[in-house]
Amino acid sequence: MCKCCDSKQEAVFADSNQHRLNEILSAYQGHDGALIPVLQEAQEVYGYLPEAVMRAIAKGLKIPEAKVFGVVTFYAQFRLKPTGRNLIRVCMGTACHVRGAQKVLSEIERELAIVAGETTADQRFTLETVACIGACGLAPVMTINGQVFGNMNSGLVSDILKRFK
Amino acid sequence: MKVLANPCCEKCHHTASTPCSDYVQCRAEGPLCHDDVSCKQQRQKLMSLILEPDRKNKQVLVCNGTGCFSSGSQTLIDLLREGLAERGIHTADVRSTGCHGFCEQGPTVIIEPDKTFYTKVKAEDISEIIEKDIIRDEKVERLLYEDPVSGKLAANFETVNLFAKQKRIILDNCGKIDPEEISHYLAKDGYKGLAKAIQTMSPDEVVEEVKKSGLRGRGGAGFPTGLKWSLCRQSEGTKKYVICNADEGDPGAFMDRGVLEGDPHAVIEGMLIGAYAIGADEGYIYCRAEYPLAIDRLKTAIAQAEENGLLGNNILNSGFNFKLKIKAGAGAFVCGEETALIVSIEGKRGMPTVRPPYPAVKGLWGKPTNINNVETWANVPYILRNGTDWYTQFGTEKSKGTKIFALTGKVNNTGLVEVPMGITLRDIIFDIGGGIKDGNQFKAVQIGGPSGGCLPEEMLDIEVDYDNLTAAGAMVGSGGLVILDNTTCMVDIARFFLSFTQKESCGKCTPCREGTKRLLEILVRITKGEGQAEDLNTLENLAKVIKRTSLCGLGQTAPNPLLATLRYFRHEYEAHIFEKRCPAHACTALMEYTVDNEKCKRCGQCSKVCPVGCITGDKETPYVIDTQKCIKCGACLKKCKFNAISLA
Repeated sequence: MCKCCDSKQEAVFADSNQHRLNEILSAYQGHDGALIPVLQEAQEVYGYLPEAVMRAIAKGLKIPEAKVFGVVTFYAQFRLKPTGRNLIRVCMGTACHVRGAQKVLSEIERELAIVAGETTADQRFTLETVACIGACGLAPVMTINGQVFGNMNSGLVSDILKRFK
Repeated sequence: MKVLANPCCEKCHHTASTPCSDYVQCRAEGPLCHDDVSCKQQRQKLMSLILEPDRKNKQVLVCNGTGCFSSGSQTLIDLLREGLAERGIHTADVRSTGCHGFCEQGPTVIIEPDKTFYTKVKAEDISEIIEKDIIRDEKVERLLYEDPVSGKLAANFETVNLFAKQKRIILDNCGKIDPEEISHYLAKDGYKGLAKAIQTMSPDEVVEEVKKSGLRGRGGAGFPTGLKWSLCRQSEGTKKYVICNADEGDPGAFMDRGVLEGDPHAVIEGMLIGAYAIGADEGYIYCRAEYPLAIDRLKTAIAQAEENGLLGNNILNSGFNFKLKIKAGAGAFVCGEETALIVSIEGKRGMPTVRPPYPAVKGLWGKPTNINNVETWANVPYILRNGTDWYTQFGTEKSKGTKIFALTGKVNNTGLVEVPMGITLRDIIFDIGGGIKDGNQFKAVQIGGPSGGCLPEEMLDIEVDYDNLTAAGAMVGSGGLVILDNTTCMVDIARFFLSFTQKESCGKCTPCREGTKRLLEILVRITKGEGQAEDLNTLENLAKVIKRTSLCGLGQTAPNPLLATLRYFRHEYEAHIFEKRCPAHACTALMEYTVDNEKCKRCGQCSKVCPVGCITGDKETPYVIDTQKCIKCGACLKKCKFNAISLA
């Protein structure tokens, strides 16, 4: 029984992708150190890592569930909750910080009425911070669904967000 | 023979499964095994297309690194190719290259042979570039780079300050060649270092050569690379690994990304040479998942090297085998620490282990393993290719070669700069970097990311090398140089780094897990104006304990940014604690905006832009700011034309 979301929905959800998960698992059978790449590919398929998927991976790779969960919670890349339709990542690296990333983040938080790490109630946006995306020359930077917006300032936030439905 | 990497004709029998020992040399001077004029001519023509642009065969080098890519460089490349094809011009070569290093001015385009340097190029500029520059040989002046200090237009990119003072060895190919074309790398003497090593030297001789070069680890700690290799070479066992640490997690550093995206074959060649020297037949590149473009280009490069028999079995018919795999990191800063990186490849939580045993003795899957950083590996082909004597002419007595720095923050020219070790910080910041942005005052330079420290103006004349920077309380670290001006608060910078290291601490050892948390709590209090007199002593004592007792490099260096700011900017801490004021006006809790009634013209612009509606007033009543409601965004201060808003 899943505690973090609607378990019925999850069952349907998992079923439609079941064969892809099996493909991933069989591709990595017998490979040393397969857990992280399997989790990465599973997250590509599902958008996050539902509990049922983590269980299936533990079973498929013959690894204790606790170990799978331990790895998932250790790395920043893995998500236990689904994301909204659009994923905003605000870079909080040093260069972005000194050029005012915090103001950009605060403006987005104000505009969407959520804080970093949350998803809007209408599932339109998920907001995350990231340590550094390596585009420091364009600081401050944010990305939406991988599209980079450089030289940001809080005044640009509202117009940019309007482009994403 | 369509591309330089291909066999010239049926007489050439080089394939991945039947490798020819002369393959690399043959690409440069061939054919060697048969005398055929047309093969020779064809090879020379391909070579000159890559290396020798002229007025008839111009090269249009479009930067397609992450920075410019995000500013739309791919569109420019497509438009250029379409535009030239429409006009029936087939002599110009539009090339997608790695990072030119001047991301802030991106997308950038360089046109050879004149080295014309166009900046901030947009899609609508393309037809003018084609018509004017490529066809009529005239410059599109409005797109030329204008020097922020002198206001002069730069005729070619070598005269741009950012490039003029550099010594580009590792970055030489970045921005000139197409990183997705192995032929380009071969034309630039690529894989010659590998051929020389496996065909003319014993593994011990290769190790000795790297030792003699004085190369030190570019990951930041500066451990002698040759010594590291020899320790792993001497370790017992037949199965050994080499690993490239491409988990560039330091905020504010992106030189590894630049090298991986711009010249991936240099890293692969370096690893091949290292594997041969150490006796490894398998390698991993551990690259952070935040660099998708770097991972793509590495995959392409590895596939091309395999196709052409430069990776895999019996490389260049020498009996040497080497397989290379990519592992994408999953987002953990601590995985840049070598023992954590190893357990992460093994599929576990990336937590460091106690050293000794060092990875050189017991590393990946318990086998001897040698880990070097991207930039370290990229140095190796040049050392082998050109010899130690050539390499040691650059740098200082104890730090040889060049170092790539990522110059960012409040500086006019931000980008990647490669300089010989021994240059002064002042030269990097004021000459190459073109001074401080917006005419502000220089305050400090933050070097080496979360493990490094901030240095003030009076330290700018020290020569940059591993030992000098460590003595000054910073470190080369990853090579991030973040320039801070008078609007940056040093307490806030220390808080920023501590919040980063505290988040990224893996939690395995108590000093780092608990210690960084306590340091951060105290720093947050100070920035909120709740600092107490004894805080400074507590911070210093705690920092020393964390440095001495943490398990790995993350914890051992985490207090560095704090200690350096305490050493050079103590007065800022004191102002926060004793006077409850932030000298840089950066800590919002200590700021207060007020309207000066004398200057206020009651135009109401300030209340219009206020996002929280905390400014009230009208034509008759003076405007006032409700300090309780004010979120201190500064919008009113920017908007007011009459300087009526003041900040205390």
